[in-house]
Amino acid sequence: MFAKLVTLSIFKQPTVYIMDDFIAARSQMAVSLGFHIIFACVGMVMPFFMAISHFIYLKTGNAIYKGLTKAWSKGVAILFATGAVSGTMLSFELGLLWPTFMEHAGPIFGMPFSLEGTAFFIEAIALGFFLYGWDRLKPWFHWVTGLIVGLSGLASGILVVAANAWMNSPAGFDFVDGQYLNVDPIQAMFNDAWFSQALHMTIAAFVATGFAVSGIHALMILKQRNVIFHTTAFRITALSACVAALLQPVSGDISAKDVAQRQPAKLAAMEAHFETEANASFVIGGIPDEDKKTVKHAIKIPGLLSFLAHGDPEKPVTGLNDIPKEHWPPVAITHYAFQLMIGLGMLLVVLALIYFAALFTRKKWLDSKWLLRLFVIATPMGYIALEAGWVVTEVGRQPWIIYGIMRTADAVTPMPGIVYSFYLFTAVFISLSAIVVFLLYRQMTMVGRLYDTTDPAYQSN
Amino acid sequence: MTRLIRLINPINRYSTIMLYVVIVFLWASICLYLLLGGADFGAGIVELLVRRKHKLRVRTIMSHAIGPIWEANHMWLIIAIVILFVGFPAIYTTMSIYMHIPLVAMLLGIMARGTAFVFRSYDAVADEWQRVYTSIYTWSSVITPFFLGIIAAATVARTIDVEANDFIAAYVNSWLSWFGVAIGVFTTSICGYLAATYAIGAVENEYDCTLMIHLARRFIYLVVGSGALVFLSASLSDIPLIEWIFGDFIGRAAIFLATVSLILTFIAFKKRRAIAARILAGFQVTMILLAATYQHYPELVLFKNGGGLSLIEHAGNAKTVTSLAWALLLGSVFILPFLFHLMRVFSKRSPYP
Repeated sequence: MFAKLVTLSIFKQPTVYIMDDFIAARSQMAVSLGFHIIFACVGMVMPFFMAISHFIYLKTGNAIYKGLTKAWSKGVAILFATGAVSGTMLSFELGLLWPTFMEHAGPIFGMPFSLEGTAFFIEAIALGFFLYGWDRLKPWFHWVTGLIVGLSGLASGILVVAANAWMNSPAGFDFVDGQYLNVDPIQAMFNDAWFSQALHMTIAAFVATGFAVSGIHALMILKQRNVIFHTTAFRITALSACVAALLQPVSGDISAKDVAQRQPAKLAAMEAHFETEANASFVIGGIPDEDKKTVKHAIKIPGLLSFLAHGDPEKPVTGLNDIPKEHWPPVAITHYAFQLMIGLGMLLVVLALIYFAALFTRKKWLDSKWLLRLFVIATPMGYIALEAGWVVTEVGRQPWIIYGIMRTADAVTPMPGIVYSFYLFTAVFISLSAIVVFLLYRQMTMVGRLYDTTDPAYQSN
Repeated sequence: MTRLIRLINPINRYSTIMLYVVIVFLWASICLYLLLGGADFGAGIVELLVRRKHKLRVRTIMSHAIGPIWEANHMWLIIAIVILFVGFPAIYTTMSIYMHIPLVAMLLGIMARGTAFVFRSYDAVADEWQRVYTSIYTWSSVITPFFLGIIAAATVARTIDVEANDFIAAYVNSWLSWFGVAIGVFTTSICGYLAATYAIGAVENEYDCTLMIHLARRFIYLVVGSGALVFLSASLSDIPLIEWIFGDFIGRAAIFLATVSLILTFIAFKKRRAIAARILAGFQVTMILLAATYQHYPELVLFKNGGGLSLIEHAGNAKTVTSLAWALLLGSVFILPFLFHLMRVFSKRSPYP
């Protein structure tokens, strides 16, 4: 995401641009988080799909569901391990890149992290039980351990997002003459933003993972590989994804109203909204110009922004012009990312509506190729929207690392040469992701032999 | 014991006790990471160092022994780091700044080790990629504890120079020393020893049992040899290690008990008592860690200029530390029974009593 920022700077400067340590640190953080979010979300949501399939297997004894549970659990094992190590890296990177931030913030927003440590630990234990427990545990205890993997993963996710929410909405301390006094860790954890952010992120994880997984299974059905097996998988994941997709606009609305109140600069940047006005327009698309303070070629819907932000088209929405320029976030990036998130979210809502129509009134659509093709096209959309959403949250918070309290530039490590660290981490994450994709691909190609009992090539162990 | 309790302030007794709860958890999670995470790294170390004809045997034994529990073993590091950044932010940030390079090396090792182990186990197709995963897994299993050792050494070697101005002095000389290298090799040897001893209890036949006991003995020699290197490098670098460890009753007692239990370990090997050998090995490593940390307590980091960072003076504010203590206590109520159950279910006892 910050690559854009770098590119912009290249255009502004005629000389060769060398990334400075501050931009390198931000880029490294963005790359690490950007990859970790994907690994972590898959590891957080897949256990629930696994638990549904496992439940049906235990109830019906249908071996397809057992094979499916096992196949998914391999994916979970791969992504959980990747998410766990990238999460471990992040807990160090916070200090490696932002020591000044962690020195002050650590004791204040540490509560969700210490609880997250517990949840994460429980998740790792439960995953050990689940993966190795097929022939050694009582069936229902085994099922419960799988469910615990999902629940503790979800709890970890919510707690980490609560910590991020504190950066957007600092609470639980008094900031007096540069001193952080009267610290209250519990109040810091339950800051104003924690609920809206955690809700939006949790649903987003289900949307993104649901569409990603159902899209892959849809592709396999279209390719006529193990059709019954993949159709079973598709039904579970597509239904979860579509339910989540329809809930997401509701949580998005809660988030928008929340941001409007707490971080007017972020909302204004999201919408490239320069002039404070009542009956403010909702801007779709367009190219923001920060110097001229205008948006070119945008579609504007009058009153909608006021309505979305405050629930009343007549209420004024603060524009960037009323905010000192040194407190502006990068407007263009925030605006484009927001547009991308909203656009993809809406497309997924439409797909969800089509799928529900197929389920309830147009049953023959379920057997049609075009519906499956739509799901194949939607495979990456949820994750692109999720990443774009995080760009809005994080870039939209700039120039602050603790909103209104500490500037990001003041938090960076004094160690020079971070740019090399950025290259190294980027290379590591790209190669790691490539191997993960390669492994998941190999799992897919072996479904017939390893997991689908109805396949003639199936070999039981 | 006076050292442990002398700093309890009667006025803030509650918050002081809570600070000690946090310190105990910090020490315990470092110790458990060394024992359990160390045994995990050791599995890769043993596989790397064993002769080619035994590699496949070792790999099978180790996968059985650590497969279900390895991920839980690494959570102790997360617990330790969270305790540091919540409870002792000054220590966490100072380490992050001056240990940046070895920390990154260690993190890359952790990442490579964890993912390569899982990729190796869960790749649906067994082909030449297995060799790639195996070499990443085994080499990173060596590199990670080596850098952990370097970082641990740097906290007490008085090499961190907070007044340094140039890059090399501030960010390289802060950790790169012969003492650090020796501690790194020592830590790596300990990990191999723990893994080989742990695996004796997970074998399925006489032949494997003999093999693992043979390997465990070899690693004891390596631990003792590299331990001697640690003392040698300390005396060359003017680090009063002998005085630190033997200058105090607790230190002397710890080293004495470790030595006695090492002799008992050889007896346990001879009589093929796998569980006894595991407990003794764990005990020795705990005693070594106690001797190494006790002398400086409550100081955790020592600076070149004579200053340092203390767990008492540089703890975060009382309210944070108190809630951290409660979070840890509450967490252990959930974690520990579940963890013990996991270890019990998946620990295969040796068929040789």
